[in-house]
Amino acid sequence: MPNNTVYEVSAVEEERAQFRRKEALRSHITSVVSSLIFVALVVIVLKNSPGWPRVKESFFSPEYFAMAWPQVLDGLLLNIRVLGIALIGVAILGTSLALIRMTTSAVMFPLRVVARFYTTIMRGIPMIVVLYLIGFGIPGLGLFGRIDKAVLGTIAVVMSYSAYIAEVLRAGFQDVHPSQRASARSLGLTQAQTMWLVIIPQGLRKIAPALMNDFISMQKDVGLISTLGAIDAVRAAQIIVAKTYNFTPYVVASILFILMSVPFILLNDWYSEKLRKREQTGGMV
Amino acid sequence: MADEKLTQATPTVEHPPIGDVVLRIDNVVKRFGDNTVLDHISFDVHQHETVALLGASGSGKSTLMKCVNLLEQVNDGQIWLGDTDITDPRINMDKQRSRIGVVFQQFNLFSHMTVLNNVTLAARKVHKWPREKAEEKAMGLLRRIGMDHKAKEYPDRLSGGQQQRVAICRALMMEPELLLLDEITSALDPLLVGEVLEMVGELKAQGATILMATHEMGFAHDAADRIVLLRRGHIAENGSPYDVMDHPTDPETQEFFAAYNRV
Repeated sequence: MPNNTVYEVSAVEEERAQFRRKEALRSHITSVVSSLIFVALVVIVLKNSPGWPRVKESFFSPEYFAMAWPQVLDGLLLNIRVLGIALIGVAILGTSLALIRMTTSAVMFPLRVVARFYTTIMRGIPMIVVLYLIGFGIPGLGLFGRIDKAVLGTIAVVMSYSAYIAEVLRAGFQDVHPSQRASARSLGLTQAQTMWLVIIPQGLRKIAPALMNDFISMQKDVGLISTLGAIDAVRAAQIIVAKTYNFTPYVVASILFILMSVPFILLNDWYSEKLRKREQTGGMV
Repeated sequence: MADEKLTQATPTVEHPPIGDVVLRIDNVVKRFGDNTVLDHISFDVHQHETVALLGASGSGKSTLMKCVNLLEQVNDGQIWLGDTDITDPRINMDKQRSRIGVVFQQFNLFSHMTVLNNVTLAARKVHKWPREKAEEKAMGLLRRIGMDHKAKEYPDRLSGGQQQRVAICRALMMEPELLLLDEITSALDPLLVGEVLEMVGELKAQGATILMATHEMGFAHDAADRIVLLRRGHIAENGSPYDVMDHPTDPETQEFFAAYNRV
């Protein structure tokens, strides 16, 4: 609720407020000046470096930019599709892994071991190796016939990211106060209902910022499916680079990836801020 | 062992006939590793009776409450709810749990649900009531404690006392045979304790069967029909507040209540 009441303040508070306003103004001016100096320095260094004209032509050429834009944008559509499907896959596999890791029953012991092993291994292997293993290893088995490179890439992204997400989720679920679980079970809710109705919704709230961060990172790593030959934004750029020997298409791809991530970065910041405000932590320090 | 049997054998209150036993704790043993927290505990809670479970921290109160609510498994002995042995591994534990209403010290309410959804959750999800029926009943309960205007609020907008009163409403929703109150005022400031205890007093007056672990000696004295005092996993006293609290004969019991009176 907005509070529009104007409170009368003492002379002491008035003086303090004045001082704070002055301080704030001074720090604003300082930050603007220092930013300008920094930008000026970068520009001067770049302009005066002997190779700048050639770097500018190779990476920031307006003609190549215009030429590459439509094809790279077309490739980005594949990235978006892969990202959407991978997101669903990661949500399902990651949650399953987290839940399996949290079980305590003896029956689940073998699965627990598998999940533990999986998350340990998968978080250790570089993403690119996972991509090669899935992208070239599975077709190499000769069991399934021809599989689309984008599909294999999606599987690799899901496998790699599920391991990370599973651990984040597990941390969130375990962070929910034990009384909440006890309360739910006391009401007669089953183990599964308790998880679904109480633990998961509360755990997700706690780790939402971390999850969104992983999502933004995944957005960018989806570009790695180009290494398998799927024609995504990065691959489309690569093709033009190979033909023209000009690197501007890579910059085009980067700009598109940045644009794609901005809404989620803003969403993430907004949500983190909302959580921070609700918990009212911080104070003066 | 011997002195424990003695206190069992000389009841200081007249027990109602055995037929109206709601809860029977029968030789219950609970160990955590080598630490025996409950050592052959036996007592009954009768219909419409309020029993206060007292004892120093670590005396086994909370463990016993958890065993009754099937959150902990006993190592020996039996717990009877009506004529069901709820320690029998063949029973459906979820079904038995929903026969008992439980309120904990804190973090009872689900913070991501409104007050109304908290109170109606079990009715909707466990007992499959239609939402309207559940909400009608819940609103009735909330109205009785003057909280119906908070039905759409989230728990973190309520005071600690209001939260505990809503938690009691939620525990009452399915008309449990037994109400377990596990130190429900321990996390509240003294001013809020009053409103919660007042509500417990009203429930007792309406005939609820209550087993409560508490450190509120004054309330236990005034509200409980019987006091069960635990000490190092044994029952040290089991009798009326008058006998146990006002006229204790055992020196250790005297010291226990004297220590509370000093603070």
